Amino acid sequence: MAEFTTLHDAVADLVHDGDSVALEGFTHLIPFAAGHEIIRQERRDLTLIRLTPDLIYDQMIGMGCAARLVFSWGGNPGVGSLHRFRDAVENGYPAPLEIEEDSHAGMSVRYSAGASGLPFGVIRANTGSDLFKHNAVAPIVCPFTGEELAAVPALNPDVTVIHAQQADRKGHIGLWGITGVQREAVLAARRSLVTVEEVVDELRPLGPNHVKLPSWVVDAVAVVPGGTHPSYAMGYSTRDNAFYTRWDDISRERDRFTRWMEENVLEVAG
Amino acid sequence: MSHDYTTDEMMTVVAARQLRDGQVVFVGIGLPSEAANLARLTHAPNAVLIYESGTIGTRPEVLPLSIGDPELAETADMVVSVPEIFAYWLQSGRIDVGFLSAAQIDSCGNLNSTVIGDYDRPRVRLPGAGGAPEIASAARQVIVTLRHSARAFVPKVDFCTSTGTRVSVVITDLGVLKREPSSRELYLVALHPGVDLDQVREQTGWDLKVSDHLTVSEPPSAEELGVLRLLLERTAAAHAV
Repeated sequence: MAEFTTLHDAVADLVHDGDSVALEGFTHLIPFAAGHEIIRQERRDLTLIRLTPDLIYDQMIGMGCAARLVFSWGGNPGVGSLHRFRDAVENGYPAPLEIEEDSHAGMSVRYSAGASGLPFGVIRANTGSDLFKHNAVAPIVCPFTGEELAAVPALNPDVTVIHAQQADRKGHIGLWGITGVQREAVLAARRSLVTVEEVVDELRPLGPNHVKLPSWVVDAVAVVPGGTHPSYAMGYSTRDNAFYTRWDDISRERDRFTRWMEENVLEVAG
Repeated sequence: MSHDYTTDEMMTVVAARQLRDGQVVFVGIGLPSEAANLARLTHAPNAVLIYESGTIGTRPEVLPLSIGDPELAETADMVVSVPEIFAYWLQSGRIDVGFLSAAQIDSCGNLNSTVIGDYDRPRVRLPGAGGAPEIASAARQVIVTLRHSARAFVPKVDFCTSTGTRVSVVITDLGVLKREPSSRELYLVALHPGVDLDQVREQTGWDLKVSDHLTVSEPPSAEELGVLRLLLERTAAAHAV
């Protein structure tokens, strides 16, 4: 059963140095507050997993939390580069960053395999992409049709962290709108933490595509209203596109980035 | 030669014209999204726009900054998960048109959005593949739009993020490239008004083949320009910093 706790205690308890950690949320519902708490608690040597690293992994990479990144699209959506990610890959700053790269389809199949307790998932091998020369994909032949396909290894993070709109009093989780790979990422993980906008008597979606996760697949729930800013929670907040645009300037130079993180993350109580 | 429209507007209008009404389109963010929505707001009101965030049949009032803006989810016929959009909707072969852009393209339509330079020691680390490999290989037809420059139009892409085998047309700010039957290579088939052939050759990093039937693109109509400008004005107001 999920335990209601504080964000500070949940991160202290569930996220350890050297863990593989997935903070998921496809543009919508990105768990920024939880990422900031991981930065404040100075976790190191993490393998960070996410389809779209987004600003939150730019911040965690720039603050030295990550040794490795498993991902499929590392940009600032509609704006340009993730400068801290680029600095790590191009210059090894603040630490070398090993990368393992897939397509979105590959990553989502890898999470689905992990959630299913299978060792691998299957995608088509006909994409002609050079990605196949650099990642863990392996050729496989369909035993029924003889078709050549590609096997991709399951993803089973040590910890998955997501943000949802609601939890009920038993700790059942409700999220809606763009729900990305969050269900698969939670079910694939050994441990999981969900931050929520609010606790309600009964889960009631304020938008399409209602996804629920039962309390007994979640380890900890922390109530963190606004915990997804500058991403958003449909029905509660809207995406702060202006901040995403401003991040380009804030993150471009190492010193300005570090000052911003000190003032806006490190010196802020979790 | 001066016009009452910009080269970017010309590019977007010609890209939009490639879509037919009723087609199911998997849309990339940026220039493809701009062109696909212009098509939807003009000659293709029944085009089904799908974004990889899982929004199906979306009708945004303003262009999304990201692939998962609230606008896309709020105006969609339905929203599904990311594993579902790639498995049931894209890889199963339900998409008529994949609409992409990239940092580099080569003469065969292969696209690069991964790295400039060597993969293990990149000069520039670009965002990466996202949905492109599966979009380019699973959609029945791929339309590409990007600005023409010798840096972007290279003899061989530094990294093949997605294959060019299904690319049928490339629309730039200077003209239009297509495949001739029985050729893997892209041919220049149209110049935009006021653009001359030498200009295109200069901005293309390979020995560009030119169609025997080279034409000049139809300039934007008053309606196309009006709808596009209103769309961009609404978008700028919505995303104001």
